[in-house]
Amino acid sequence: MIIDLSRFLAEERKHWSELEATLDRMDKNPDRRMKLDELLKFHELYERASADLAKIETFSSEPEIRRYLERLVARAYGEIHETREKQQRLNPWRWFSATFPRTFRRHLGAFWLSVAVTIAGCVFGGVAIRIDPEAKQVIMPFPGLKENPADRVHREESAKDDKLAGQKSTFAAQLMTHNTQVAIFTMALGITWGTGTTVSLFYNGVILGAVAVDYVYAGQSQFLMGWLLPHGAIEIPAILLGGQAGFLLAGALIGWGSRKSRSLRLREIAPDLTTIIFGAGLLLIWAGIVESFLSQYHQPVIPYALKIAFGATELVALTLFLAKSGASQK
Amino acid sequence: MSQVGQASGLPINTLRLRTPEGVVFSLPLAGPVSRFLAWGIDAGCILAATSLLNQLLGALGGFASAASVIAYFVISIGYGIGCEWYWRGQTVGKRVLKLRVMDVQALHLDFSQIVVRNLLRFVDMLPGLYLVGGTACVLTRRFQRLGDLAANTIVVRNVDAPQPDIEQVIGGKFNSLLEYRHLTARLRQRASPESAAVALEALLRRDSLDPQARLQLFADLARHFRELVEFPPEAVEQLSDEQYVRNVVEILYRRA
Repeated sequence: MIIDLSRFLAEERKHWSELEATLDRMDKNPDRRMKLDELLKFHELYERASADLAKIETFSSEPEIRRYLERLVARAYGEIHETREKQQRLNPWRWFSATFPRTFRRHLGAFWLSVAVTIAGCVFGGVAIRIDPEAKQVIMPFPGLKENPADRVHREESAKDDKLAGQKSTFAAQLMTHNTQVAIFTMALGITWGTGTTVSLFYNGVILGAVAVDYVYAGQSQFLMGWLLPHGAIEIPAILLGGQAGFLLAGALIGWGSRKSRSLRLREIAPDLTTIIFGAGLLLIWAGIVESFLSQYHQPVIPYALKIAFGATELVALTLFLAKSGASQK
Repeated sequence: MSQVGQASGLPINTLRLRTPEGVVFSLPLAGPVSRFLAWGIDAGCILAATSLLNQLLGALGGFASAASVIAYFVISIGYGIGCEWYWRGQTVGKRVLKLRVMDVQALHLDFSQIVVRNLLRFVDMLPGLYLVGGTACVLTRRFQRLGDLAANTIVVRNVDAPQPDIEQVIGGKFNSLLEYRHLTARLRQRASPESAAVALEALLRRDSLDPQARLQLFADLARHFRELVEFPPEAVEQLSDEQYVRNVVEILYRRA
């Protein structure tokens, strides 16, 4: 059966144009809230276009009208059936002080898993460097870490010139971008069902553990603390946040004990992934500045006690921030 | 919303979706090649933007190097996020090639979806030239790279679909066949919707056909409809094949 196409078009065209104009207005001004009568009209137009599409599918295989109506219905469908809350304008302070720490706390399990994998890596790296000191040449990623800790401490403490003179800001920028890439990469590797995230965190842990044991057994614990704590107190938790996001992604992919579809699980965690990784990025900006402008200067330029106190204060502040901030707000 | 199987006649790169109202519509999916080309354009844009910025930042003196490191990082990551958010699923490359990122269920594209699909590029790009993402794109039903799978997004071809202008082919001209009502009724009864659709489509696209192909196509169509119903010679004499098909289409798509 073939419908009377001319009459069909003559009757329906004006409604399609009205729906198209409404959708164009919504595209141009997505923040505008429709009044009730506008909403009812919009819904009516959508249902009418849907019915027309069904009619065209049933009675005629006229492809041009079908293509046009499919496009129209697809556009309107997204507006009508969207049930997620429309995003409000971002309030950066509220996001940082409340949304970010709350999101972190909602997924504490993934964070502790991230911590556990890193600690396992630290233990492995520490033990490896103790039982096989030659492994240092393989494990340590930078030449500076491969030398004897005592030699390095002596060199750093007796240095007369500022080795970063005129380059501190560039060095800070390189640290920020590199560490942020590591955090993002650790998160993104969650797509490998968490295997890649685990490997990335474990590897970071191996290096950290190997460096720590190397310096402690060389009697350079104070230097180690003064060197690592000011920036590490922020940098290491930020990488752990990347791991938390990675495990969150892996958890949504695997879906243990969940009756929701994989697609729904991924849809639900996407905003939290975004929040955590942006939060980690902000922390790493701070860590980059501290590492470049403070961590690289040692006694006698800056007393170790001051650096350690600074790092410890940062760690306490970060812990309190992540544990408490935003808890009282609605 | 549910996805439905491929209907016959639809290309395999078309995703069909059924709304809760039972209406089915289809989204033409973008294939790996067009997506790769779009990425090539985007990579060029990123390169151009960072080069330009480096030139401008040169004036900053001591901070130029630091600013350029940060600018490259922010542009390379923020380009996709910013463009897709501002242009509702499009970057420069996607605009040029008429592609658009969409939610897999045709819902609104959420900001977090854009961020997740763009950050997952870090894995999709491995080990180089989007080998992981490209392989995933080829192997998945909806041509999704890993970022798309994680963010529940697809990339569709943005087909221009203006309001159809059917009136140009089925109205306003004298139709000698309409005087034979019993024959037009028989034609409506015997003509299949598929053949009617082919004839209508041929008329709508007639100006884009080669002259020889146009003559041949309308000759074939006219022969097909003449075999269904035979009109008296006085009704069809001096009618070209194309005019004959035009008259038949008017009969089929306009009720008596």
